[in-house]
Amino acid sequence: MLTKRIIACMDVRDGQVVKGVQFQQLRHAGDPAALARRYNVEGIDEVVVLDITATLESRQALARTINAVAHEIFLPLTVGGGIRSEDDAAAAIDAGADKVSLNTAALRQPDLITTLARRYGSQAVIVAIDAKRRDHGFAVYVRSGTTDAARDAVAWAREAEARGAGEILLTSMDRDGTKAGFDCAMTAAVSDAVDIPVIASGGAGAVDHFTDVFTRGHADAALAASIFHYAESSVSELKRHLRAQGIAVRL
Amino acid sequence: MIALVDYGAGNLTSVRKALTALGADFVVPSMPEQCRQARGVIVPGVGHFSATARLDAPWREAIDGALASGTPLFGICVGMQWLFDGSDEAPEATGLGAIAGRIARLAGDADRRLKVPHVGWNSLDFRGQARLLRGLTSGAQVYFTHSYAAPVTTECVASTTHANTFSSVVERDNIFGVQFHPEKSGDAGLTILRNFLEVCG
Repeated sequence: MLTKRIIACMDVRDGQVVKGVQFQQLRHAGDPAALARRYNVEGIDEVVVLDITATLESRQALARTINAVAHEIFLPLTVGGGIRSEDDAAAAIDAGADKVSLNTAALRQPDLITTLARRYGSQAVIVAIDAKRRDHGFAVYVRSGTTDAARDAVAWAREAEARGAGEILLTSMDRDGTKAGFDCAMTAAVSDAVDIPVIASGGAGAVDHFTDVFTRGHADAALAASIFHYAESSVSELKRHLRAQGIAVRL
Repeated sequence: MIALVDYGAGNLTSVRKALTALGADFVVPSMPEQCRQARGVIVPGVGHFSATARLDAPWREAIDGALASGTPLFGICVGMQWLFDGSDEAPEATGLGAIAGRIARLAGDADRRLKVPHVGWNSLDFRGQARLLRGLTSGAQVYFTHSYAAPVTTECVASTTHANTFSSVVERDNIFGVQFHPEKSGDAGLTILRNFLEVCG
């Protein structure tokens, strides 16, 4: 039986892991390779590295970070943040990423999804969607959550799939860093609309939140950052709890 | 020396890293002839079956020749699919035909929320003894990402079930193949790669 994936996300700036609340107030959380090593021992299923500065200088630092992480773990590794072109994606993949995550660039140049899917396969292309609740539907934001893209998350996820995306990484901006739980209604709306896997993100604060997003939220995978970084909950404890609640996980 | 065949299907970085971590002596051959001299041949692959068309006549002959002389051959993901006759994903491309059978699209199941592509960790249900699976037990979990899969044939030594059951590990004589990504499957995956290296001697 296909298990539900637990994914650890590391927001990286200048080679260090940082974490904010609702996309603000960054604080340091450690060395990416050391964290990846710990997650691997604890049984994480996948790792995502997001470059949250994405300046020209940080690109080289990012390649070193990807390389260091890829030498520590033999698990699927996704890289995102500032991937704007085929060359950016190729650099991340050459450094050791298995998948790239496109956000702003996917909305600005949707052809990039197709170009990368043709070159590397759909399994290598994740479209990341940052969204907020509206009275009707879910509004997509770009540029690290600063700009309303005037798109609905469900419609955009469908389009991304049609263009060749292999997975959707859906982040609730309302919940990001709040530890108030995933937005299950939004996750279910997107997951039910597409055939590709949906990774839920934003709001993980307790083990029950994961149970909720895998049941009510119809998520295929769940991503969290701070809950793991500060060892508030180890990945292995989380998975044992999920299994006890009848959720299939890799132990 | 192991030959890791690069035919442009996705990237080799992760397989290279895993082989390096295991201390394997390997090359990425630039000439097909190098496959004949290798102690083992690995055909990796991610993405679309049509990419295997780049394994043209000289490469096929060299790999076939290595196989005929007893050299172990290991196909990973699309590389395993290529060991079969062909795939519905790219009917114009022919497989190596070392294993009889055709690759078909996976079924999903909307009622049980089983999606295609099949992405994530799923278990290997053993179906007999296999050199590739030494040190592992039935139920071991490995990382898959694919939309097409091989039928369960006599070469199937482990199967996996999504909406339907398919061959996840094949083994016969010196032919080996896995549908999943051992280079991305943590310790279980490294064990399988190490087992192949040991078969190569």
